[in-house]
Amino acid sequence: MKRRTILAGAVAALALTTGAFADGHAKTKVGFIFVGPVGDGGWTYEHNQGRLAVEAEFGDKVETIFQESVPEGADAERVITQMALSGADLIFTTSFGYMDPTNAVAAKFPNVKFEHATGYKRADNVSTYSARFYEGRAVQGHIAGKMTKTNKVGYIASFPIPEVIRGINAAYIHAKKVNPDVEFSVVWAYTWFDPAKEADAATALIEQGADVILQHTDSTAPQAAAQKAGNVITFGQASDMSEYAPMPRVSSIIDNWAPYYIERVKAVMDGTWESTDTWDGIGPGMVGIGEISDAVPADVKAEALALKDSLADGSYHPFTGPLKKQDGSDWLAEGETADDGTLAGMNFYLEGITGDIPN
Amino acid sequence: MIVLEKRPQPSKLWTAITPVFAVVATMIAGGIMFALLGKDPFEAIRTIFWDPLFNEQFAAFSRPQLLVKAAPLILIATGLAMGFRAGVWNIGAEGQYIIGALSGAAVGLAFYPTESFFIFPLMVIAGALGGFLWAMIPGLLKVKFHTNEILVSLLLVYVAEFILASMALGALRNPEGNGFPGSRNFKDYPSAFNAELLPNTGLHWGVVAAIIAVIFAYVLFSKHMMGFHIRLAGQAPKAARFGGVDPARLILFCLGTSGALAGLAGLFEVSGPAGQVSIDFNVGYGFTAIIVAFLGRLNPFGILLAGLLMALTYIGGELASFMLGVPTAAIQAFQGMLLFFLLAVDVLTNYRIRFGKRKVA
Repeated sequence: MKRRTILAGAVAALALTTGAFADGHAKTKVGFIFVGPVGDGGWTYEHNQGRLAVEAEFGDKVETIFQESVPEGADAERVITQMALSGADLIFTTSFGYMDPTNAVAAKFPNVKFEHATGYKRADNVSTYSARFYEGRAVQGHIAGKMTKTNKVGYIASFPIPEVIRGINAAYIHAKKVNPDVEFSVVWAYTWFDPAKEADAATALIEQGADVILQHTDSTAPQAAAQKAGNVITFGQASDMSEYAPMPRVSSIIDNWAPYYIERVKAVMDGTWESTDTWDGIGPGMVGIGEISDAVPADVKAEALALKDSLADGSYHPFTGPLKKQDGSDWLAEGETADDGTLAGMNFYLEGITGDIPN
Repeated sequence: MIVLEKRPQPSKLWTAITPVFAVVATMIAGGIMFALLGKDPFEAIRTIFWDPLFNEQFAAFSRPQLLVKAAPLILIATGLAMGFRAGVWNIGAEGQYIIGALSGAAVGLAFYPTESFFIFPLMVIAGALGGFLWAMIPGLLKVKFHTNEILVSLLLVYVAEFILASMALGALRNPEGNGFPGSRNFKDYPSAFNAELLPNTGLHWGVVAAIIAVIFAYVLFSKHMMGFHIRLAGQAPKAARFGGVDPARLILFCLGTSGALAGLAGLFEVSGPAGQVSIDFNVGYGFTAIIVAFLGRLNPFGILLAGLLMALTYIGGELASFMLGVPTAAIQAFQGMLLFFLLAVDVLTNYRIRFGKRKVA
């Protein structure tokens, strides 16, 4: 318990320094913990864009700090603690693996606010936030189903966690809807960012006959591999990856964290910050669909955009029954839509997907 | 004309002071790099080497963290040094570290939620045994079939990583974890948690084990017959064979000991600082320890200092990264420079520099 008192002392000292901020003299200090390098062109790149948007919005009133490439384990807890000690008022930890470290540090720094991306553990000073990427996956699946000629779609998955499984399911059912013969091959890369591994996975899938590559990893390596192979289409992941448009990249799912980050920083400045759980999709703008390139026929593009609009206004839910699980058991009845609780913990494939979720 | 002249014996004096030279050279070259990146070089160097130890805002937290970060490095490097001295190249400590962590964690989790004093000691034994057995694979293959232990031990790292992923997603997954990968957190299981022995010191059982390992290795090298055999086998393999050293026994001893120590490091890490088995639990301690072993000149006390120095550059590097906005890649380059200069100044240990004209015939 002594540790706690010493840290509490540090917190008290911090409270003194941040006390000045109430007078409007000191800046609000916002920290970011990134899992990859800010130049990854995908996940971390977009979080960093959000950080830059915060700086642009608040100018002199805010100071942002960040640490890139932080491993998800013992090191994360140390880095987050040091950031809290440095006087941060608000810290965004932007990967699932930071969940336990974030909550452990938050317990020691009750006056610092924490925001953990894609997790499920909250506390009085810990919020969680994530985006409904699966809405974007539905649009992606639709285009993939229409565009494939070999009827083989390759999917580079990262880790078998609900977020990734949800994406595979959403893409699959929407591809299947427009192309009953479509097959998905899923490769588990066990990494969020490893250009060499991602390129290998993409090449292997293309050699097996896939002419559409979907990825849930963050680098542009699969795009480069598809470009080399020719006649293979891909989608930008997390970031627009428009440098590979119009071919192989025909569209993308863009994470847009800027509005959320600005809103939360403002809440800290105004003293109205509360622990919340946010899960936004295409409608509020947290998930964007990148420009659909001319490589996609006009009618397919129009359908995809109509699907996007129906997702944005809420008139259509990507998981609408009738849907069965992979083992043939019923999941959703005709017209029934999935509840957020089931989606948040989704650990099963839907009917028609071959292969097993690793465990 | 500058001429390098080989010394008959490596210089004792230079062996001792070259590391200081290397650190100074790293500061200068690193300072230039930071300046080119548009950062104040003096502030950057101060942040890396001074702030983790003495900055009043951070030091109370980061000083103990040095021990936490250095302990697994020292523990693994001490074991590796034995083999490296004997010419037995265990490159796969990372794999033994993973298997040790998994074995120990599995034993602990099997008892959940029983509370008892014997659970943690059992985990320690299982951790050491796991690392030992994983190292026995390249050991026995080398002894029986003359395979190359460098390749076998290295490739077994990738096997171990897949076993780790499978365990985090399957057998050891937290049943109350909402389907997410990763085991229960040992912090919530007191009997199995490798807690701090004295509050706020960073001192956990892994640090104690590292210190004991250093002392044992020192005694082994300087007083024990086995230590003599190890050195003999490394320096003069033929003489060693005539001298009655059993090469098979030596290989198994070196690999087994380094494997067991790496396994222990993994167990202490997973049950303490890391807290849980997760897919990417390993962060390269097994590979960094190879650098630490050579930085420490394969000498146990040298390794102790090298481990602490390495830990300092990690923690100071993190501070520099977010306080000053130095890119992580620049920090890694800085660490690389340190190794580079240490190896480069080795020339002064083995060679004498002579200034003078070369005679023309």
